[in-house]
Amino acid sequence: MTTTLRRALTAGATLLWTAIVVVPVYWVVTTSVRSRADFVTANPLAPPDAPTLANYRTVLAGGFGTYLLNSVVVTLAAVAVTAVASLMAAFVIVRHGNGSAWSRRYFRLFLLGLAIPLQAVIIPVYLLIIRMQLYDSLLAIILPSAAFAVPVTVLILVSFLRDVPASLFEAMVVDGAGEWRVLLSLAAPLVRPALVTVIVYDGLQVWNGFLFPLILTQSGDRAVLPLALTLYRGQFGIDVPATMAAVVLSTLPMLAVYILARRQLVAGLTAGFSK
Amino acid sequence: MAAPALVLFGLFGVVPLAGVVALSLARWDGLGRLGWAGAANWRAVLTDAGTWESLWLTVKVMVLSWLVQTPIALALGLFQAGRARWRAAFAVLFFLPLLLSAVAIGLAWQALLDPAFGIGSAPGLHWLARPLLGSPDLALYTVIFVIAWQFIPFHALLYQAGIRQIPAALYEAAAIDGANRTARFVHITLPQLRYTIVTSTTLMLVGSLTYFDLIFVLSGGTGGPGTATRVLPLAMYITGFQAHDMGRASAVATVLVVAGLGLSLLTTRLSGFTRMDSLQEGL
Repeated sequence: MTTTLRRALTAGATLLWTAIVVVPVYWVVTTSVRSRADFVTANPLAPPDAPTLANYRTVLAGGFGTYLLNSVVVTLAAVAVTAVASLMAAFVIVRHGNGSAWSRRYFRLFLLGLAIPLQAVIIPVYLLIIRMQLYDSLLAIILPSAAFAVPVTVLILVSFLRDVPASLFEAMVVDGAGEWRVLLSLAAPLVRPALVTVIVYDGLQVWNGFLFPLILTQSGDRAVLPLALTLYRGQFGIDVPATMAAVVLSTLPMLAVYILARRQLVAGLTAGFSK
Repeated sequence: MAAPALVLFGLFGVVPLAGVVALSLARWDGLGRLGWAGAANWRAVLTDAGTWESLWLTVKVMVLSWLVQTPIALALGLFQAGRARWRAAFAVLFFLPLLLSAVAIGLAWQALLDPAFGIGSAPGLHWLARPLLGSPDLALYTVIFVIAWQFIPFHALLYQAGIRQIPAALYEAAAIDGANRTARFVHITLPQLRYTIVTSTTLMLVGSLTYFDLIFVLSGGTGGPGTATRVLPLAMYITGFQAHDMGRASAVATVLVVAGLGLSLLTTRLSGFTRMDSLQEGL
């Protein structure tokens, strides 16, 4: 194959995939600013004649603030719980990994945890949440979401903490620092970059999670955004532009995170999975 | 100090793993009292043609998803890892599907593929104006396409990271030996990427066992039309939370657990690769 032909093929394939990614996104955004009449009659790929924000007003008036707040609360709480619990566990595993059979067992438990699909255990989780009298509360989403983020978070933090020379820890212990001091003033600052990365990753998973909210909550005022999208869809019915406005609005916060923390997000998505 | 993580994950991860097996032997409608059912749920699930159809659909989604996603993700990864001029701009665009929730993606594609008001009404695209999600013959393939749309960027990212870690010296040595581009790809890039390929494959296979959100939304919660997209997780949800038979649903879930654990063991054993190595080297 000549270089020119190969370049042309690569460019063609890249453009084709770009079109497959971009055209739906373009269609969603333009549809969200069309009037219903325009949506029914216009060429779907032409720019809208008279863009309107009416659909966004409809969505915002339809309880969007509540759903957004629920999502923010659930995501922040779940991520905070995961981060604190995982950092403590990773610290124990690394500090005592070689000496203690127990901490090796913990490590294997979290490894196993990576292979447990949450869909497969949703029924017992549902039973537990009912028995804990948490059904239809935000806590019902927060606790299982945090629990399922723990394995990957622990493993990434362990891989990072392992690179910290043991002599650093020992030096602090010799100086009379307790384990908590060592964790707070040495380990925590050292793993900060990894912690930020994994938090961003966990946050994206919790934010976009659908199964836990679907099964573990019921009332509209407890709905988080992905669940709220299905409520909007039921409520708007054939009003597709309004549904698309809801889709766009629900994505904006993640877009903001992406713009602010692009490096961490990319690193988080590949961390632990790349060789 | 490890206690909070252990309690949290034990309570919601490990206990439910045992619980799902126990519940598969129970009679429970999801609200009332739990009763003993013995092997009745298993007999019902294993003799139900619907279970086997769901299993077959799950395998089909798994295999076809792998076949579609792997070559495209590898090609995109190669492109993104290269020095092409417009790479940075494309990377931002490629990333978009990763930010969207499965629900947002499902609703968008459902509307986009509507035969009357979707993209098929655009000039030149009338060949798309068919019931891609509404026809039992097409729905599963449409679902596989949308799954690929959602997940290819993630796997491309994995390949990109893997390709960047291949030492440049290998390529320089090969160039001195006169190896052409194809030879370099076959003899350097592919073997060097073997761990990435195994990781990506494992995630795709285990992931496709559990595709739920997207198919739930695309089929309006039914796994339809008819049962055309009722993969195992959908069958479990419908049996448990719509037909209120948690015992039978738990039996289906147990099949999922066993298949998931089995697949990850199999792919890691076959390749002599453990997640532990990968994770220790990650970051």
